[in-house]
Amino acid sequence: MAKRFTCHKISEGKAQAEVIKTSERIMFYQVRPEDGMMEEKNHELEGRTIANKILVFPGGKGSSVVQQDGLFHLDRFHNMPAALIIQYPDTVLVAGAIIMELPMVDRLDPAFYETVKDGDTVLVNADEGYVEILD
Amino acid sequence: MILNDDQKAMLDGKFGGGAAYAMKIQFAIGESFDAPRMVPITRAHVALSNQAGDLWFAEKLAKAGAKARVSPTVNPGFCLGYFTGDCAYPVTPEDADHMRRTDEAYRTLGAVLSYNCTPYIATNVPNFGEVCAFSESSATPYVNSVWGARSNRESANSALCAAVTGYVPEYGLLLDENRKGNALVHVEAHMKSAYEYHLLGMMGDKIGPGIPVFTGLPEHISSEALRNLGAQLNTSGSYDMYHILGFTPEAPTLEAAFGGKAPEREVVITDRDLKEFEEAFSDKAEDGKVDFAMFGCPHFTLTEAQYIAGHIEGKKLVIPMYILVSSHDAQMAERMGVAQVLRDAGAEIIPDSCPDQPCWHFLKGKVGITESPKCAYYPRRRGIHFMIRDLDTCIQAALTGEVK
Repeated sequence: MAKRFTCHKISEGKAQAEVIKTSERIMFYQVRPEDGMMEEKNHELEGRTIANKILVFPGGKGSSVVQQDGLFHLDRFHNMPAALIIQYPDTVLVAGAIIMELPMVDRLDPAFYETVKDGDTVLVNADEGYVEILD
Repeated sequence: MILNDDQKAMLDGKFGGGAAYAMKIQFAIGESFDAPRMVPITRAHVALSNQAGDLWFAEKLAKAGAKARVSPTVNPGFCLGYFTGDCAYPVTPEDADHMRRTDEAYRTLGAVLSYNCTPYIATNVPNFGEVCAFSESSATPYVNSVWGARSNRESANSALCAAVTGYVPEYGLLLDENRKGNALVHVEAHMKSAYEYHLLGMMGDKIGPGIPVFTGLPEHISSEALRNLGAQLNTSGSYDMYHILGFTPEAPTLEAAFGGKAPEREVVITDRDLKEFEEAFSDKAEDGKVDFAMFGCPHFTLTEAQYIAGHIEGKKLVIPMYILVSSHDAQMAERMGVAQVLRDAGAEIIPDSCPDQPCWHFLKGKVGITESPKCAYYPRRRGIHFMIRDLDTCIQAALTGEVK
């Protein structure tokens, strides 16, 4: 049975896709637009693609242009993540997701983080405020 | 979030589609941070970047008819006058066209076309307590920490929206309770020049998240040093504010800085920390040889240009040196003869330009030297590499071509 968790909407929309998870912050400038590959040296996700996945990560980092511009380039190749699930919102990331119309949520129960793993299929419904881990 | 009549009218399109779009974005931001209302701003600074995403958003707003209620100052792109025409390495026609479109979009939006990343010590200086919307890594911490003004760490886009609507959602650093320190940072390192503040700012991993309160710093700290500290704190991490005990206005005492609470953690920064960072972060140059020197990330001040001129006057540099400054300071340097002294020695003083721009295409594959870790960090993705050293060592390197 699907496990459902409540969440808080940051950027509207819904998406269902495979999960990719990291405990490290992300700067979308460091992701290669052509294939969504993380290029940042020594990042947990280095060499892996975030394209069209549900990206579970703590939050953003970097200067005030890096998120929206990074997402914009990914979007041109249809390689943005499908949705973002974060813990620590900051204005730069929040504005980036809203402007690029990328669903993003936060405030999930710790149990979600204990349960969810790479490769799980997850439904994010920002508009109705829930996330489901599907079987 | 509750909107007043003016804000509601804006959201409903009474002031045009551009203002409505900006307000819609800000409304979503406000809701996501549980802001109860929106409050007026008196100043804004937009981290214009002339990147594709920046141009797309600025043109989208401009085409929808948006006009700034509060004219924002803007960050540098690159100087068309310098990098086109008889420039030795002109930009491609595509890159020139991109910059022209950025210029046109921001002009249409009613921005102050300042093309400078240090407005907080130049053309856009807030007073204590003034509510504003500043984006740009070095700017947000400066206006909050040094001037005691109130701005969240706006993104380039959200600051532009704020300039258009004249409002920001009330959350975060606009509220007293969120402006208190959480980490006490004992600086045992010797802070000899503005350069050490670059390195101190790069200690984000060690300092950890939140609002650091620095103690142990010298009695006098220059504007340039404070500029560097903020710029690098946002290269190594995400910081919108810091305090310096007994120096910045909201930290006269430990109690004021921490709001009467005990620090969550204490951190010590030593000379060794700074030295280790400098080594680890520098790209390697073969035989200690470097190809060029670059300064001005963030923009150098007139004082720094004068300092360099004083050290190279009457001499000849063996590698090119690029000094990036505001157009005001470039003009002043011309008037004063400082620019001529620099040119005679082989150094260029360039207005309106940023190291992370396509105008530096001719430096691809080369190794430069700079005193700014941020200058080294972003151009890496363009294939340009840097050693970082203190300013005096950089100047010597430009005179000899080698790093001693």
